[in-house]
Amino acid sequence: MDAIILQILNGLDKGSAYALIALGLTLIFGTLGVVNFAHGALFMIGAFCAVTLQKILSLSHQVVDESRKDFLGNPLKVDVPYIYEWFGETTGQAIIDWSVPLAILFSIPIMVLVGFAMERGLIKHFYKRPHADQILVTFGLAIVLQEIIKYFYGANPIPTPAPDAFTGSFDFGVLLGFDPFTIIYPYWRLIYFAFAMIVIAGVFAFLQFTTFGMVVRAGMADRETVGLLGINIDRRFTIMFAIAACVAGLAGVMYTPINSPNYHMGMDFLVLSFVVVVVGGMGSLPGAVLAGFLLGVLESFASMAAVIDIIPGINQIIIYLVAIVILLTRPRGLMGRRGVMEE
Amino acid sequence: MTKSNLTRRGMLKTGAVAGAGLAMPTIFTGASWAGSHTGFTNAPQGSTVTLGFNVPQSGPYADEGADELRAYELAVEHLNGGGDGGMIPTFSSKTLDGTGILGKKVEYVTGDTQTKSDAARASARSMIEKDGAIMITGGSSSGVAVAVQALCQEAGVIFMAGLTHSNDTTGKDRKANGFRHFFNSYMSGAALAPILADAYGTDRKAYHLTADYNWGYTTEQAVRESTEAMGWETVNTVLTPLTQTDFSSYIAPVLQSGADVLVLNHYGGNMVNSLTNAVQFGLREATANGKQFEIVVPLYSRLMARGAGENVKGIFGSTNWHWSLQDEGSQAFTRSFGTKYGFPPSQAAHTCYVQTLLYADAVNRAGSFNPCAVVEALEDFEFDGLGNGKTLYRGADHQCFKDVLVVKGKENPDGPYDLLEIVEVTPVEQVTYAPDHPNFGGAEASLGSCNPGA
Repeated sequence: MDAIILQILNGLDKGSAYALIALGLTLIFGTLGVVNFAHGALFMIGAFCAVTLQKILSLSHQVVDESRKDFLGNPLKVDVPYIYEWFGETTGQAIIDWSVPLAILFSIPIMVLVGFAMERGLIKHFYKRPHADQILVTFGLAIVLQEIIKYFYGANPIPTPAPDAFTGSFDFGVLLGFDPFTIIYPYWRLIYFAFAMIVIAGVFAFLQFTTFGMVVRAGMADRETVGLLGINIDRRFTIMFAIAACVAGLAGVMYTPINSPNYHMGMDFLVLSFVVVVVGGMGSLPGAVLAGFLLGVLESFASMAAVIDIIPGINQIIIYLVAIVILLTRPRGLMGRRGVMEE
Repeated sequence: MTKSNLTRRGMLKTGAVAGAGLAMPTIFTGASWAGSHTGFTNAPQGSTVTLGFNVPQSGPYADEGADELRAYELAVEHLNGGGDGGMIPTFSSKTLDGTGILGKKVEYVTGDTQTKSDAARASARSMIEKDGAIMITGGSSSGVAVAVQALCQEAGVIFMAGLTHSNDTTGKDRKANGFRHFFNSYMSGAALAPILADAYGTDRKAYHLTADYNWGYTTEQAVRESTEAMGWETVNTVLTPLTQTDFSSYIAPVLQSGADVLVLNHYGGNMVNSLTNAVQFGLREATANGKQFEIVVPLYSRLMARGAGENVKGIFGSTNWHWSLQDEGSQAFTRSFGTKYGFPPSQAAHTCYVQTLLYADAVNRAGSFNPCAVVEALEDFEFDGLGNGKTLYRGADHQCFKDVLVVKGKENPDGPYDLLEIVEVTPVEQVTYAPDHPNFGGAEASLGSCNPGA
């Protein structure tokens, strides 16, 4: 029982990341009709916003400490962040410590800008082109972005820890009456799950309860008619692209304390996110979220030692297996409707 | 209604085709080892000799590859008489005098292994065929080392392996033309086990997470066997996909398994992520079976330890070499490398530098670039002064036997490079095994005969 609860919890945070990325993908599918293979790269850029802010906050100058020696036996040069001098060491350290949450604010304008530039600069020109072209160009763009990040930040993962207040883990087992240390769960993953829920709720509320959202939904259903009504749907779609980029970016920022970001992290999520979108039902936002969590939880269960013992290798194929079963039984995915994204 | 040609199935299909395209290996076609024909492949003709440095310049180990390349450039500089000579003055063999190799100036070409066997073979092949490289060296993965070693055997050039830790490189896949200075999984297990028993007691239950490829298997086997011999019990071993990034679902069940030690047979990005996840899940604060829970990382690398940040503190592992060693050779190398590049060398840089010097010296001693003469000069060659103490290049399997370092993540590091502290230098006798050891291919494993090529 405790093992099952644990894997459900585990699946939720993984599912959160899948759901957030798949949500953005579906928004772009639904509004622009573009298959955006660069969406994983947006997730990665978000994560590197957090890395960048951490680097900016820890910008330092070197002070020679005569009492200590470096590896060559010369006096040790100690890096002292400027921020220590401006705010004092305690406050300065606290600001650096909180760089990941602060990066949420830092990343929003950057992601909006990146999303805007990407849509206006490149993707706009591919609206009328076949999907194969869109996939090639966005995949190419993803590789370019990845290489740019690698050039500036190197290939190794960069540790970006959560604030000290959120390190450590919560003992669910004790809460539920199990022995201590049976169901423990890191605080930051709980925060990630809560954050994902807030962002998802925010996007749904925005689409459901604002005039802007209503127009976008109308445009998703019938772009031409909305255009004929004299509404500039293209501009709204550009804004939706920027919002989708922002959602992916925020998912990336908050993910950095879970796994140290590296240039390749976007690709790791991209393929799975596409499976999530297809399983959830193309163009269905609730479907993307549902499928994200479903596949996250299933993946967690499949990697339990007891399950692998019964079916070796199941942990590597579970997602694709489920995708095949769902597409065979429900060809439009879990929540896909007839006629959406079909000829 | 949005007009679109896209269907779900179409999309899956396109994705699958794109994926297959990305994964497609470079296909090799018929071999033509045409070199300058004087009895062996790529015999140097003019006043220069070309070495081929095959390192990961892109992909996940690009930073490690960059450090290897720095070491190679330094070695070439020293062989040609530049700089402060590095470890040449401390090397016990005295044939290197700054005039290159056999009087020929050393030049080099580089290839990008991308840490993919097919790409590594293609770049090695190109350096041999197009650039006339007489020796290939480098790499940061056992898969690549085994693949390139086989290619060099076939081509008739010497392969001086870079960072490769799997038993197989000098075990079941050993080749007459290939040589490994780096230590291996078996040695890590043999060196670690007594230290672990000392620190954590002999009544421990271990849970292994193992990267699902060749190196992972041999490392798990080595650590499992050597710790079980000390009295530990192995509760479970779970294979994790090499592409895994979030290990939470593998780590969460560990505490429920009755284990009180977690062994992470992971390297590189896998290691950074699994260790970070294990620490996040409170494993280091947890108690199990009335004991403090512990984590072990059999193969440490400083470059990787940086990625894991604070999480490495106090965690045991093993390493081939560390810049803080106080012997003359290590200090000379660290000084030379540190002065040129501004930071201390990694273990990958060290092994690559040493391999280059060993090759050059072997050619000088043999008096010929002929691979078979070089093989003879390196086999059962004993040397000292290159940072690992007295070392033997064993003739039976072309593996170096030397002391092994057991290290621990440092609690209070002085700066960004001071991440590991040496706990013990395990004497070579303790990590030596028979050439026909069952973990190294048993009695069937054979070097074959050296191939001079053309």
